[in-house]
Amino acid sequence: MTDLASYNFAYLDEQTKRMIRRAILKAIAIPGYQVPFASREMPMPYGWGTGGVQVTASIIGPDDILKVIDQGADDTTNAVSIRAFFEKVANVAVTTHTKEATIIQTRHRIPEQKLGEGQVLVYQVPIPEPLRFLEPRETETRKMHALEEYGLMHVKLYEDIARNGRISTTYAYPVKVAGRYVMDPSPTPKFDNPKMHMSDALQLFGAGREKRIYAVPPYTDVVSLDFEDHPFEIQKFEQPCALCGARGVYLDEVVLDDKGGRMFVCSDTDHCEERREEGHTGEMPSQEAAE
Amino acid sequence: MTDTPLLKVNSVSKFYGQRIGCKDVSFDLWPGEVLAIVGESGSGKTTLLNCISTRLMPTAGSVEYRMRDGNFRDLYHMGEAERRFLMRTDWGFVHQNPADGLRMTVSAGANVGERLMAVGDRHYGKIRDTASDWLTRVEIGTDRIDDQPRAFSGGMRQRLQIARNLVTNPRLVFMDEPTGGLDVSVQARLLDLVRGLVNDLGLAAIIVTHDLAVARLLSHRMMVMKDGFVIEHGLTDRVLDDPREPYTQLLVSSILQV
Repeated sequence: MTDLASYNFAYLDEQTKRMIRRAILKAIAIPGYQVPFASREMPMPYGWGTGGVQVTASIIGPDDILKVIDQGADDTTNAVSIRAFFEKVANVAVTTHTKEATIIQTRHRIPEQKLGEGQVLVYQVPIPEPLRFLEPRETETRKMHALEEYGLMHVKLYEDIARNGRISTTYAYPVKVAGRYVMDPSPTPKFDNPKMHMSDALQLFGAGREKRIYAVPPYTDVVSLDFEDHPFEIQKFEQPCALCGARGVYLDEVVLDDKGGRMFVCSDTDHCEERREEGHTGEMPSQEAAE
Repeated sequence: MTDTPLLKVNSVSKFYGQRIGCKDVSFDLWPGEVLAIVGESGSGKTTLLNCISTRLMPTAGSVEYRMRDGNFRDLYHMGEAERRFLMRTDWGFVHQNPADGLRMTVSAGANVGERLMAVGDRHYGKIRDTASDWLTRVEIGTDRIDDQPRAFSGGMRQRLQIARNLVTNPRLVFMDEPTGGLDVSVQARLLDLVRGLVNDLGLAAIIVTHDLAVARLLSHRMMVMKDGFVIEHGLTDRVLDDPREPYTQLLVSSILQV
């Protein structure tokens, strides 16, 4: 070694990657089960995606093409910094196009574009335990997972209906994976839950602070929990995207002024841009030009 | 009452190191029977109750329970999953402090409904109907169904805890000082309620108490404990009216007459 200041490929040392890969393999073998792993300190604060970054660093190779999104957007701070991080430490190609990417690291969204075989979706997870706010003891929640005691999860949904007349959980909506483990899909909107079901892509979840990795292998059942008389349903939007006119996608509300002006735009920026390139327009296309 | 007991306790002992928790306790409990365990603080009542109810592993002895299929099973040779399932379906456990037995941050309805959801009930409307039915039976207004137990008085919390335990129609209920910490008029109402429920549902119950009045009102049989040993055992009226052991005589004569 002549250049002492250089990093190992993809920042983590090989032993650490090996340890994380083992955890990932175990997680894939037991869909939805939270595998503990020796999470490392990363050069970013907890809560910024240290879990996701470690998973990505362990699976990325020189030929991979990386896409990073934060709330669906490719151009927000978290996404830009993580993308730049891997450009620097792994020298990999990066993209904002969902179709081109082999690894997509995400915070809080699943891309609108259907993912294909061979793609890997890496989630950044703040709190991996779906039962945490109902049962504070880790020993107890582990036992509940082991014995498949999931009545408590429905207590939460019951409370939602009792208070609001409907299941008001809109994100981190609990799912049952492969008919066995109840899993927190990370704080993605429940709009994205159906996309996890029988997905062609591999889905990996990394929680750095909580030191857990879990996974949903391709073509696995992912069922959102509900009641017979209050079935699971996703959010619906009345108007299409103001920029590209897309319907049936997840929209963000953007406040335009202090007089109540607002617009709804695609949360998935890549999807929106591609549609506009194809010539689709919404009701406020000029707004984009003005910005 | 049938010929076969519901629960068979065979020489259960629990040692905390050198110290005795309870020693060599044996008894049978029949369906529909209420057994009171009385004694002063530190006499091993609660240790014994915990040993029987699988909350504490006894040092020696066995506890056998007649399952719904009629076969006796040794509780400590069951798998943990089966034991926990038994605890939340066929059994109930009423804690002295309602906060230990309730989920204080979820509504009364969800507290009652939790066991139903745990055994696979997935119909919100039916769960809610059952919950409000049980709240009525324990004399809690159905308009309080969406209130959290922290908004309830001590007596109401205790009644809610009882409803939560009885919703799955258990056959055996353990109660650890169910009236502790309640004032006398609330105690009387609670005892009246428990007595009614036990009679109506044909529950078997094991009640730990230091209050002889509770034993007198609720139980058919009683056991008197001292220093970890059962020193006297018999029908409640016999033990209270004609105590044999000197310690029981002392206990009975210590009741304040107003």
